[in-house]
Amino acid sequence: MRIVSYVLKRLAYLVPVLLGVTLLVFIISHAIPGDPARMMAGQKASREAVENLRRSMGLDRPLYEQYLRYLAGLVQGDLGFSIRNQRPVLEDMRDFFPATLELTLASMLLCVTVGVPLGILSAVRRNRPIDHLSRIFSVFGVSMPVFWLGLMLLLLFYRHLGWLPGSGRLDIGIDPPAFVTGIYLLDSLLAGSLGTFRNALAHILLPAFCLSYVYLAIITRIVRSSMIAVMGLDFITTARANGIAEIVIISKHCLKNALIPTVTITGLSIGELLGGAILTETIFNWPGMGKYVVDSVNFLDFPAIMGFTLVVSFAYVLINLAVDVVYAFLDPQIRY
Amino acid sequence: MSGPNEPLLEVRDLAVQFFTYQGTVRALEGVSLSVARGEIMGLVGETGCGKSVLARSVLRLIADPPGKITAGAIRFKGRDLLTLSRREMRRIRGNEISMIFQEPMSSLNPVFTVGSQMLEVVALHQAVGREEGRRICVEMLRQVKMPDAEQVLAKYPHELSGGMRQRVMIAMELSCRPDLLLADEPTTALDVTVQAQVLAILEGLTRQRGVAVLFISHDLGVIAQLCDRVAVMYAGGIIETAPAGAIFAAPRHPYTRGLLHAIPRIAARQESLAVIPGSVPSLVDPPPGCRFHPRCAERFFPCDRVVPPFYEPAPGHRVACHLHAGEEGRRSWERS
Repeated sequence: MRIVSYVLKRLAYLVPVLLGVTLLVFIISHAIPGDPARMMAGQKASREAVENLRRSMGLDRPLYEQYLRYLAGLVQGDLGFSIRNQRPVLEDMRDFFPATLELTLASMLLCVTVGVPLGILSAVRRNRPIDHLSRIFSVFGVSMPVFWLGLMLLLLFYRHLGWLPGSGRLDIGIDPPAFVTGIYLLDSLLAGSLGTFRNALAHILLPAFCLSYVYLAIITRIVRSSMIAVMGLDFITTARANGIAEIVIISKHCLKNALIPTVTITGLSIGELLGGAILTETIFNWPGMGKYVVDSVNFLDFPAIMGFTLVVSFAYVLINLAVDVVYAFLDPQIRY
Repeated sequence: MSGPNEPLLEVRDLAVQFFTYQGTVRALEGVSLSVARGEIMGLVGETGCGKSVLARSVLRLIADPPGKITAGAIRFKGRDLLTLSRREMRRIRGNEISMIFQEPMSSLNPVFTVGSQMLEVVALHQAVGREEGRRICVEMLRQVKMPDAEQVLAKYPHELSGGMRQRVMIAMELSCRPDLLLADEPTTALDVTVQAQVLAILEGLTRQRGVAVLFISHDLGVIAQLCDRVAVMYAGGIIETAPAGAIFAAPRHPYTRGLLHAIPRIAARQESLAVIPGSVPSLVDPPPGCRFHPRCAERFFPCDRVVPPFYEPAPGHRVACHLHAGEEGRRSWERS
């Protein structure tokens, strides 16, 4: 019950956080030089046409008025219209955000299912061959630039071996599954079309690995070092002295203690991935938020930039909240 | 098979070495010790003399690497523990031989409840269901005079005081009715008043159940109060064993005498505290002959050359010191 009221309290904090985010982004994006009306009207438009456009977009109003008007829209779920394509920003978000979310979740799944076991194995077989191999794997992961890794993956698995597709979320000719969550892997399963699922899975493998490698490496190292730290503690000796089998000691007694720092890193990584998959999305032509926001910035598309920032901050705050809740389950010493 | 007169535990010529970057640490050499059924055997010595290593060796808890039992035998109920398989060893740990550690703050796992930790051990070694296991745990907690035994099961270690945690440890370690309890400085980390309570509980329960105890401490007062027999260790070896009364009334080894002399007495009104000159030798390169000879005020010609064997100046009182050699011993030095 304590935890429910804690979650509600944290959700209430979302309001001031998001308000702060909108204000900050609003000010920054209006402080940078450039004229969206001119961008939209084009280089050759007459001065008069640009002014008309400015007036119709409300850009001639004082800044605070523009901000308040934006906030008023926000309360009604209106993120405004994209200057660039005249579509509601909310619709753009609905189209692009799920793709990024899908990529992020797939990457995180890889990180956790590969990184955690590999870290444990490294810790248990410390300074043996498997530990050295995992160390090399990790150093590679943190030191390889994403764009280079992406290109190499494409070269090998798409061009030479031809095992995996090289771009997009689905083959051309395959229809996206009916929209439920916007995550194709989920939606295709919900729609019961295994073929689409398999195709989506094949498409996501390379970008997901490319995106996850750095975090995978970090998580592997974090799990290894926290496992080693826990394995040296007294209560592990107690467990051994009580005749508990080594595998139980590692997977239960050690791991639950070692997961706390791992959860922190994983939560931070998800947040970063959501906002920062731009390179990967570009290389694999993944129609997500990364590409969308770069285009918006180039076009000074304020409503789009603000919409993106809002969605990402919202997700970030939610993830942090989830991390804090997971802490409570892992560590009974945390009180709310 | 074990006869009625055979000791419960018999350690013979045990040697343990640690292979470190500084060199090979000869932590134990030629250690022999026996504990009879139901006996409380004290093991005294300075920090670093090998008391804990000896206790851990009995349960084969020496981490390998860096440590290794290089020679000797540990017979328990007629079986040599050093020849058992890991599985057989696990059946003995926590079941026939259990161990309590010094730090009650860290010897329980912080992320599991007291109940789940106790229950795990009980269920591991006894064929009991959940309800029966729970009943055993509650009963054990009552035996260690834990208030609200039922409620304590649902608590986490950090919710208990040091004394309570140590009582939980005693309850847990005695829950499977072991024959031998290794108590590695179980009260050192506790306040003096709590220490007395915990000692009383430990002594009462083990006497009542006929559990033999190897009680490690550097506190001679505690040893005098509790133990039937005492073994004194110095720099990786046992140098004197005797009934507790004899050790305190008539210590034979110069080191034991120094140790007893170093206890401050209120009645004596000493101006300064008595000390044994010098410091504990390095176990990487221990002194030849008797390891105590560089600090010994009574050393004479064989001490730095010949490792003293055990002499028995009184029945049941064994001491490894050349001062107690008879005619035969003297002749053997002259030959060498």
